[in-house]
Amino acid sequence: MRDKSYVTTIKYALLVSLCFIMMLPVLVAFLGSIRTTGEFITRPFGLPRDGVKLDNYILILTDPDFWRSSVNSVVITFGVTIVNVILSSMLAFVFSRMTFRTKNIWFNIMSIGLLFPLVVAILPIFIQIRNFGLTGNLLGVILPMAAFGIPSSVVILRGFFISVPKELEEAAYIDGATIYQFFFMILLPIVRPAIFAVATIQIIAAWNEFFLPLVVLTGATETWPLPLGLMQFQGQYGTDWAAVMTYITILMIPAIIFYLLTQRYIVTGLTGGELKG
Amino acid sequence: MAITALPHGDKQQYMSSDEYNRRQSFNRIIAILLFLVPGMIFFFAFVLIPVSNSLYYSVFNWNGLGPPTDFVGLRNYNFLLNQRAFQQSIQNSFMIVILSLLIQLPMALALALVVGRGHLRGRSIFRTILFIPFVFSEIITAYIWSYVYHPRDGLANFIVHLFAPGAENIVWLADKDIALFAVFAVITWKFFGLHMILYMAALQGVPQDLEEAARLDGANEMQVIRHVTLPMIGSTLRLTVYLSVLGSFQQFVLIWILTEGGPANATHVLATYLYKFGIISWQLGVGSAIAVMLFIITFTFSLIYQTLVLRRDYDTQFVN
Repeated sequence: MRDKSYVTTIKYALLVSLCFIMMLPVLVAFLGSIRTTGEFITRPFGLPRDGVKLDNYILILTDPDFWRSSVNSVVITFGVTIVNVILSSMLAFVFSRMTFRTKNIWFNIMSIGLLFPLVVAILPIFIQIRNFGLTGNLLGVILPMAAFGIPSSVVILRGFFISVPKELEEAAYIDGATIYQFFFMILLPIVRPAIFAVATIQIIAAWNEFFLPLVVLTGATETWPLPLGLMQFQGQYGTDWAAVMTYITILMIPAIIFYLLTQRYIVTGLTGGELKG
Repeated sequence: MAITALPHGDKQQYMSSDEYNRRQSFNRIIAILLFLVPGMIFFFAFVLIPVSNSLYYSVFNWNGLGPPTDFVGLRNYNFLLNQRAFQQSIQNSFMIVILSLLIQLPMALALALVVGRGHLRGRSIFRTILFIPFVFSEIITAYIWSYVYHPRDGLANFIVHLFAPGAENIVWLADKDIALFAVFAVITWKFFGLHMILYMAALQGVPQDLEEAARLDGANEMQVIRHVTLPMIGSTLRLTVYLSVLGSFQQFVLIWILTEGGPANATHVLATYLYKFGIISWQLGVGSAIAVMLFIITFTFSLIYQTLVLRRDYDTQFVN
């Protein structure tokens, strides 16, 4: 028994110090946001000596650019998530519960998409968006992002759709339900956790996306979402670390809250398709 | 619509009527088209067609204005493969893959084994904290760490000075022998939580009595892990290797913000090189050639890995 408690103590010591290391940059960002830059760089871990400084919060939160970026981020996030979830659940329905001759061919074509990250395709995507006249337009970010998320969402949703018993479907049809009624009124409500999981993953990805907006929205600062807003702000304030850390802290707070609220859906979304552990 | 017109429970007619069956299969085809076509059009328009265009663009000398006309064959590929800096960026890409497999995954696994098994109080708190960096955007991560690594103001050197007062400031991201490892540390900080959470989810599915039985048979903890636990989560281990390799090849934002590929190309990877040529200097042909090579590498890997390693997992998991 004694031996066991000794092991447990080591376990905890290890874990607590690792958690501290993982949280260190986050902690530092917060401590930077409530002090002056001078105080921050000489004593990164210190608490504020001459009172909490909220000047940087006021600076950012009264900046119309910040709020415009927030609105753009919200629009992109909602757009991507809605388009992706609707199209993916329709595709997953076909791939899980319908039988037709070319089904596997279509599914395999779509699965190849799992191998194309946006990074690889960024140049042709940009050309395509330009051909559609969508540069400097939020749609130019929303549509490709939603499309690139389709393969992974379909794979996850398909796994859940398959697990719904066949008997339920037959019973619904015998009771006179149409395919559409079965899909919308029976299947979707049953797999709601899976839909939430896929939506959560999409929300996080869209909210955080930096590369695609950077390329598509370059010239049009009024369409920039928060990640580009942060880049612009950093460009302006450079090594005024306190100001930069304040912007970062403001962006981290909603991310942490969202994460704490949706944690179990994130886990389902990440593990759901490939393993049901 | 024919189905709704049927009276409730009228199974007789459902089974017998030829006309009804014909209409029903017609309805099914319409439904399949309605569900399949929108998503597929979308997928083709924004993923498959653009990606295939890369292949086409890559054999032109093209600055993106007007249609590509200056056909150069494989000269873009030739140009790249003979370039020292490009060779370096391929090497760096592979280096990040190897480091991820050798450091990031074992670390995540070790932690998952500590946090994810048995009765550990406060498990969910540890899991929550260790996974937090994964939720932050890469841009936030990159700027926090560019502060940490700042030679004059940064936290890293502040800590170095705590232990070695008066030591020279280390230029973490500007020293070509350190920069790639400094960048890799950030990648690990950001992404190892993903693998850890996948391992933990899998460990939840390992029956405790199986491990208990092995212990009763006299196996020590290492033996239990080696012979019982790890084989039970084999499919997850194989999957995370796959995700880690593909994910490592796709690193862009962190590296670009931290170093822009410098110093002296020491941290350039394929994706940053692509951005530099394709977007910054508008050589779309060269940029597309990089994209094609990056794709060939990841595609070959995943083809081989899927056939040799993942196949057996699919067989058991995607039963239709």
